[in-house]
Amino acid sequence: MSTESYDVLVVGGGLAGLRAAIAAVEANPRIKVGMVSKVYPMRSHTVSAEGGAAAVLRPEDSYETHAFDTIKGSDYLADQDVVEAFVREAPVEIIQMEHWGCPWSRDPDGKISARPFGGMTTWRTCFAADKTGFHMLHTVFQTSLKYDQIHRHDEAFVTKLLIEDSRCVGVVALDQRSGRFDAITAKAVIIATGGLGRVYAFTTNGNICTGDGMALGYRAGAGLKDMEMVQFHPTGLPFTGILITEAVRGEGGYLTNKEGERFLKRYVPNKMELGPRDIISRAMVTEFEAGRGFEGPHGKFMHLDVRHLGEEVIDRKLPFMRELGREFVGIDIVKDPIPVRPVQHYMMGGVDADISGATEILGLYAAGECANVGLNGGNRLGSNSLSECLVFGAAAGRAAAHYAASAKPVTANPVDAMLWDEARRVEVEYLEKKGGHERIGNIRYDLQREMDAGAGVFRTKESLEKLIQELGVLRERFTQIKVEDSSRTFNTELTAVLELDYMLEVSMVIAVSALAREESRGAHARRDFPERDDEKFLKHTVAFKRDAGRPRLEYRDVRITNFQPQARTY
Amino acid sequence: MADKRITIQATRFDPEKDEKPHLQSYDIPFTDESMVVLDALNHIKSYVDGSLSYRWSCRMGICGSCGMMVNGTPKLTCSAFLRDYWPHKIVVEPLNNFPVIRDLVIDMEDFMHKLKSVKPWIIRKQEIPLGAGAHRQLPAQIEEFRQFSECINCMLCYSACPVYGLNDKFLGPAAIALARRYTLDSRDEGLKQRLPVIAEAEGVWECSFVGECSVVCPKGVDPAKAIQQSKLDTTLRFTLPYGNRD
Repeated sequence: MSTESYDVLVVGGGLAGLRAAIAAVEANPRIKVGMVSKVYPMRSHTVSAEGGAAAVLRPEDSYETHAFDTIKGSDYLADQDVVEAFVREAPVEIIQMEHWGCPWSRDPDGKISARPFGGMTTWRTCFAADKTGFHMLHTVFQTSLKYDQIHRHDEAFVTKLLIEDSRCVGVVALDQRSGRFDAITAKAVIIATGGLGRVYAFTTNGNICTGDGMALGYRAGAGLKDMEMVQFHPTGLPFTGILITEAVRGEGGYLTNKEGERFLKRYVPNKMELGPRDIISRAMVTEFEAGRGFEGPHGKFMHLDVRHLGEEVIDRKLPFMRELGREFVGIDIVKDPIPVRPVQHYMMGGVDADISGATEILGLYAAGECANVGLNGGNRLGSNSLSECLVFGAAAGRAAAHYAASAKPVTANPVDAMLWDEARRVEVEYLEKKGGHERIGNIRYDLQREMDAGAGVFRTKESLEKLIQELGVLRERFTQIKVEDSSRTFNTELTAVLELDYMLEVSMVIAVSALAREESRGAHARRDFPERDDEKFLKHTVAFKRDAGRPRLEYRDVRITNFQPQARTY
Repeated sequence: MADKRITIQATRFDPEKDEKPHLQSYDIPFTDESMVVLDALNHIKSYVDGSLSYRWSCRMGICGSCGMMVNGTPKLTCSAFLRDYWPHKIVVEPLNNFPVIRDLVIDMEDFMHKLKSVKPWIIRKQEIPLGAGAHRQLPAQIEEFRQFSECINCMLCYSACPVYGLNDKFLGPAAIALARRYTLDSRDEGLKQRLPVIAEAEGVWECSFVGECSVVCPKGVDPAKAIQQSKLDTTLRFTLPYGNRD
């Protein structure tokens, strides 16, 4: 066991975390910044983002339109002051990425290109072909290497936030290679750990997206906001859940049912394939239920058809999609339609944070998908999340650096004791545990099926109550978990069990928050409450952990500035 | 199909108790034509033997974590289909040419240092303020470096490189390709700063142009080309008058 100390510690090495680390150093070059990530930063799930990053960069566009599109897309659950600040900052961040070398796709005159995207009324999604997340992540990671003030702890898994006198003073992390527990202390901690898609069976999210930061913050006393708002992307490949980017529709692709009909004309007639994700996913499920989907070995699906775009456009703008089609489905998208169906993709909810990323816990900040700063409300628009990682990652980095400059140093004494206690907890609960008989794989499998069934595209009181009950059963079974691997060296069964613990924690918050929201708004669609109810629910749900039983829910008013809620039709 | 099975032999090595690595055999159900080697490993870990260790995340060929030797060839296991091997067994081993931490997990710290050593970031003589806006970069200028920017750091090229296998001081294919990626970028002026690392004996000159790196790259990057171009660069530079060597 050892202790290292920083001014600012970032947990998570994806786009938000790396942007935060650089912003902290640039705000105060004398600062010492630590970064702890359970994978090498370039493995972070930002890497899988495809379509682009939204920003107002063209003369015909305006901040007001980007703000309105985002707020309408959110089904009026976004905090409007946050959205207005975001749209002003996003272009600056896109240019910053450009200066750092991001290979943005360009127009013939050399300007950064933009493409149309769902829910956006004009072309404002900047892209690097269809590997935008990959290029942004590698650009910002490689750029971070030039700052000697940033010291990384790669492949270290955070098991606990250190809280001393109601202030966050660091983390306990398991160094995967050595199996050693370390206290990594800091005057300020930023969680930027990404999403939780792995709580669902069918998800675009990578294996690492297990809600770690949300669970860590929640256990430390922070609120989790709007956790019922889970995004289902309309176009995932059946079986693997691999994302087929919305840019396919942005570039002109058609969604058709088994009758060859562009069925979206019944749901979003003015937007068609460029409608928002929540509505299109519901439209697809509704079509499936009406018997108009294709039937395949991996369930029902629709066709996403780009054949009319031609090989030249496909190879220039969607080369990765062609590669994925060839590699994983055995089709050539130039000649064949792509089979797709709705798939869990993104978490609008997250650790309750203000516009600078500050949480209710002193010294604790959050940014990126694990945070909820109030930008996305009930439904995030495609291409707002990469920009969100930049804007709010940078904001959190600056705020944390500023706070750290005047914060008291962390005292060693209680930290040592907390480190000892936490290391013992993990050893006793898992590594030295005898007599468990439940396999991690079985509990995880059952959790994912229950989440798909109970808290999917459509929910009901019955489905959610059953889910909550099943989650209770799974939590009980988890006490009987078996960890076969007792090695200290790169014990991925231990990290899997710690992740499963986080997954069970955040799943319960999703289910309880969803049961309490008796309306349909954004991605939260209740069959038993099909209408939006602004009277009762123009509010954020904030969930807090209690010692036992279900989370305690509070409601907070949505901040409205210039855009009064209206009916949301496209 | 229901009872089709396949044999996976995976390297097991726990430095806490094993003197050397050995293969362990697992017979698992092959239930779907879409299954890849990574799915087979995940089945083993979830339902047969929880102690098997390996890295993976995105399972869509972009995060670069799941590279392993599959029947002797470096591959991303998320893109290696069982149907291409069945009914024969599949031997899964850690990537060649790297120290092994545990089972199928290699130690890639060496690459992380080499990556940093080539300064993989935009270097400018004078920083341009953000207020000046974006650089203009023509599509043809992007094409100059684009393929080298596609590297996912999966280490397959190092694993295939016989030179790296003999001398781990060799800078290696991915690091040189990424140095090239920045040097060819119209926004960059860092060639001079990168040359000391690239041009030294264990930089590009160690490469004997076997070209296996480009063959195994799952992303169509051609590191061999980057290395040969860099050789040309470092040579031509010394034919220029001193003042023009920037």
